[in-house]
Amino acid sequence: MTKNLRVKSSEYIDETNRISFKFNGRTYHGFKGDTLASALLANNVHLVGRSFKYHRPRGIMTSGSEEPNAIVQVNPGINRTEPNVRATEVEIYEGLEASSQNCWPSVEFDIGGINNFLSPFFPAGFYYKTFMWPASFWEKYEFFIRHSAGLGKSPTSSDPDIYDHRNIHCDVLVVGAGISGILAAKNAAKNNFKTLLVDEKNELGGSTIFENNEFNKIDNKTPSEWLKKEIKELKNIKNLEIKTRTSVAAYHQYNYLLARENLTDHLEAKDKTNKIRQRLLKIRAKKVILATGALERPLIFNNNDRPGIMLSSAIKKYCEFYGVACGSKNVFFTNNDSAYESALSLYNKGINVEAIIDIREQSESKIVKKVKEAGIKVYWSHTIVDTAGYKRLNNISIMKLSNDGTSVTGSKISISCDCLGVAGGWTPAVHLYTQSGSKLKFDEEKQIFLPNQNTSEQISVGSCGGDFKIDEIIKNLNQKLKDNLNIKETDLDNIKVEIDQENSKRNIWLLPSDKPLGKTKPFVDYQNDATAKDIKLALREGFRSIEHVKRYTTTGMGTDQGKLGNMHALGIIADTAGVKMGELGTTTFRPPYTPLTFGTIVGRNVGKFFDIFRRTPMNDWHIDNKAEFENVGQWKRAWYYPINGETMHQAVQRESKAARESAGILDASTLGKIDIQGSDASEFLNRVYTNAWSKLAIGKCRYGLMLNEDGMVYDDGVTTRLGENHYIMTTTTGGASNVLGKLEDYLQTEWPELDVYLTSVTDHYATASLCGPNSKKILKKIIPNLDLSDESFPHMSFKEAKIGNIQCRIMRISFTGEHSYEINVQASYGKDLWEKCMEAGKEFNITPYGTETMHLLRAEKGFIIVGQDTDGTMTPIDLQMDWIVSKKKYDFIGKRSLYRSDTMREDRKQLVGLLTEDPNVILEEGAQIVSELNQSPVEMLGHVTSSYFSPNLNKSIALAVVRGGKEMMGKKLFVPMENKNINVTVANPVFYDEKNERLNA
Amino acid sequence: MFLINCPYCGERDQQEFKAGGEAHIERPKQPTELSDDEWAEYLFMRKNIKGVQFERWNHAHGCRKWFNMVRDTSNDEIKAIYKMGEKPPAQ
Repeated sequence: MTKNLRVKSSEYIDETNRISFKFNGRTYHGFKGDTLASALLANNVHLVGRSFKYHRPRGIMTSGSEEPNAIVQVNPGINRTEPNVRATEVEIYEGLEASSQNCWPSVEFDIGGINNFLSPFFPAGFYYKTFMWPASFWEKYEFFIRHSAGLGKSPTSSDPDIYDHRNIHCDVLVVGAGISGILAAKNAAKNNFKTLLVDEKNELGGSTIFENNEFNKIDNKTPSEWLKKEIKELKNIKNLEIKTRTSVAAYHQYNYLLARENLTDHLEAKDKTNKIRQRLLKIRAKKVILATGALERPLIFNNNDRPGIMLSSAIKKYCEFYGVACGSKNVFFTNNDSAYESALSLYNKGINVEAIIDIREQSESKIVKKVKEAGIKVYWSHTIVDTAGYKRLNNISIMKLSNDGTSVTGSKISISCDCLGVAGGWTPAVHLYTQSGSKLKFDEEKQIFLPNQNTSEQISVGSCGGDFKIDEIIKNLNQKLKDNLNIKETDLDNIKVEIDQENSKRNIWLLPSDKPLGKTKPFVDYQNDATAKDIKLALREGFRSIEHVKRYTTTGMGTDQGKLGNMHALGIIADTAGVKMGELGTTTFRPPYTPLTFGTIVGRNVGKFFDIFRRTPMNDWHIDNKAEFENVGQWKRAWYYPINGETMHQAVQRESKAARESAGILDASTLGKIDIQGSDASEFLNRVYTNAWSKLAIGKCRYGLMLNEDGMVYDDGVTTRLGENHYIMTTTTGGASNVLGKLEDYLQTEWPELDVYLTSVTDHYATASLCGPNSKKILKKIIPNLDLSDESFPHMSFKEAKIGNIQCRIMRISFTGEHSYEINVQASYGKDLWEKCMEAGKEFNITPYGTETMHLLRAEKGFIIVGQDTDGTMTPIDLQMDWIVSKKKYDFIGKRSLYRSDTMREDRKQLVGLLTEDPNVILEEGAQIVSELNQSPVEMLGHVTSSYFSPNLNKSIALAVVRGGKEMMGKKLFVPMENKNINVTVANPVFYDEKNERLNA
Repeated sequence: MFLINCPYCGERDQQEFKAGGEAHIERPKQPTELSDDEWAEYLFMRKNIKGVQFERWNHAHGCRKWFNMVRDTSNDEIKAIYKMGEKPPAQ
């Protein structure tokens, strides 16, 4: 098994740098420059995985990101493990470990292989058809299906690596560094365009870099020699940034592209630490030049999936670039001349080529002649009808094709071989092109989809644009550069090209066998085991849309997204249904082109950076005093302050009592604050609030309710008149930015005539709310010279004062119903203010309380919280807040909607208080309310919006919205819970101090 | 991801902006004079066109200015951008 298949030294392989790695537990050796695939092939390992459905042995098929079979788990069992990685893209390093996926117990002996023999019972749609009935059994089926589904294993511990994002703006982005990409980038950069050239490989040059067909010459050199010289010169060009190992994943509108730059995946473990592993590049380019090349197609014939069957171009790359022979007895199977180049590559290195099977009748090109002169047998008009070898190809059978290509004739010829190169022509890689929204058209002659209508500033050059020959590539590239970048003819190099002409083509999407289709396995999608048979079955069962056939047969739905087989699927559908491929269209190409890691997508937004949060200036004090926090919008707010192991309930009961009996203090810094100035400020407030503002005296505060235009309560808060044309508005914590946005919207779009300026000052002020019967005494201690008498400083008024040298704004307003003051200082003094209050309040046992106690205290008073007691369907009338809706004002936001037939209904849900029959029972917020228990179904009247145990009333209290609740005062209702029914009585929502006597206590 | 040419700031990434629905729906000057149906027409009814649509956009994470955009919703081509109060470009 272990024979070395290195054939020659390659400049891309450093044979002095020997690397050991493990595959499926066994140690192998390769060299610096190898991919996992090339190193395994050099060790004569072809069998690397099992297919998804039938668990058929599969080998390395390609040399690039289109690989469907050789997907492996890299570094299994550790936190850096990654599933579904293409072995063709993994650069080996010392200590690399990889293993096969989707096989058990091993890739050599896989129990699931039994599925292969049962395959007649697993047609397309097997799962849909089988597990439909009885419906109740799905849960049982699901367990087994889930168990066998999926490829690879995700890591079970957190990712140790760092990921990053970077924005790039450039004039020209060139995607793909093959010959056309390199020429495009060079010319763009030389003509003063800031240019970025990216390529998914670690080396520039694409496939031309190992193109040494002696009949193709550029400036009298082989394409490979010529391109190497060009690449060397790139390094001296200014304005050009080159990124290798960078794969463009997505091409969005307006030339916004996402690319993944791989920085450490090719390094040894010790060199990976503390480095950025992958970086997501967010590229905005003025022009995009797509030079993504073309992917070679396989041919679809019976048993075309055995290990040892590879793309012809891959065999050539492994030979020329990696210096690896993929087999010792090679055969090629082709419909075009490119397989002859591969055959000659092998021949020139002394590797045995047994034969070439060509479905064409003949070809006259020089390269074909050369192959014949080399003595390689060519079978014209022949096709492979079967292959043999379970874990490695060992034989193929060929027969003569009929003229129409639909059947085979004559006798079977058997050829022994261990490697088969298939060449089914080239498919332009138009994935990114279509992702951008641009449209393709089908070229009947070339039998490929080509770029047609561009939607953004972009061009497709080289083979992704349909130019496959070097002369065409250069000619059309130059023309496109002249047209799109305004580069002058004289600024372009004059490049002399000689090429070998290919003049014979024949394309058959599904090749016939001597056996009927039902008895063969011509795979179209290798990864998902979809065969031509499955596609035809789908058509027979009535599927017509290509998108439906795809989903039914799972063709093109693997991790490779059908890069190899999608064209064949289309071709087979077109042939079977008798329609033209152009009419059929393609399935939608969606990002990403190649899979991205989650790490790349999230970048640095992990852990504490996952979602930004805001902290008040007093935050450190809350932490030092063991507060528990809750999230309110983006804010971290102190929730309650447990002492001596109190539960939340105990802490809140204590805090609530203290605030009413002596003094409490709340960090209210998070409330939204909007500074409103301008000569029309009063008029503006009149329009945005439901109540009247014109007569509010300077130095006075007023509570305001803001509606949406639909009449529903949107926000509330106290606004203070600081001067003739100056107000400060407070909003709810969560609503601050939306309220500002809404106010700006009206100002700019509906009332541009108003002279009003809005500024968010939420972060500029810190606010301590001092409440309780002793709050006045505490404030007096802090600011002794301030007149706090009710005459000078009554409820709902404002004063400016100084604490030492610190300027502060004090509002005597109350959300708890107690005598209280909101003290605002410049944010940076917030903690200082708080500590002064705590110090001054010590003798009154001042108690810091959090949001939970604030909620409880306001619920005792029946004050609403917008967003808790309202949900966007409550009008002020529903909330029993008619008193705040001005009847005199001609208009305000939402006024007209209050007179719509729907908002005037008597049976709308209305805010009421609820008291439980047993005062110790606390209702659950969100619980449903009904009037009947013995009826089914029963009408849901409403739900509980706020519920607490009030320590001040020594009973449970709740606010609820109830259909027609206003007229139900004193009525008995029920709250049915899972295991009991709770009897409740509708009550006034103001439970405590109905006459507001405590405000002046 | 659009590239939006804010009339006050220049070209910026879409993530700085907020879409604000259909443009040129003027708030009635005398809402109380309207019937329920007329008010509902203003309040609820929007065209949601497939094709060329006039929209309001706000540079929410920038200058906070509102402006108008003409966008083809079928392919997201931005055909024109103009300030609030300006006349829409002729089609």
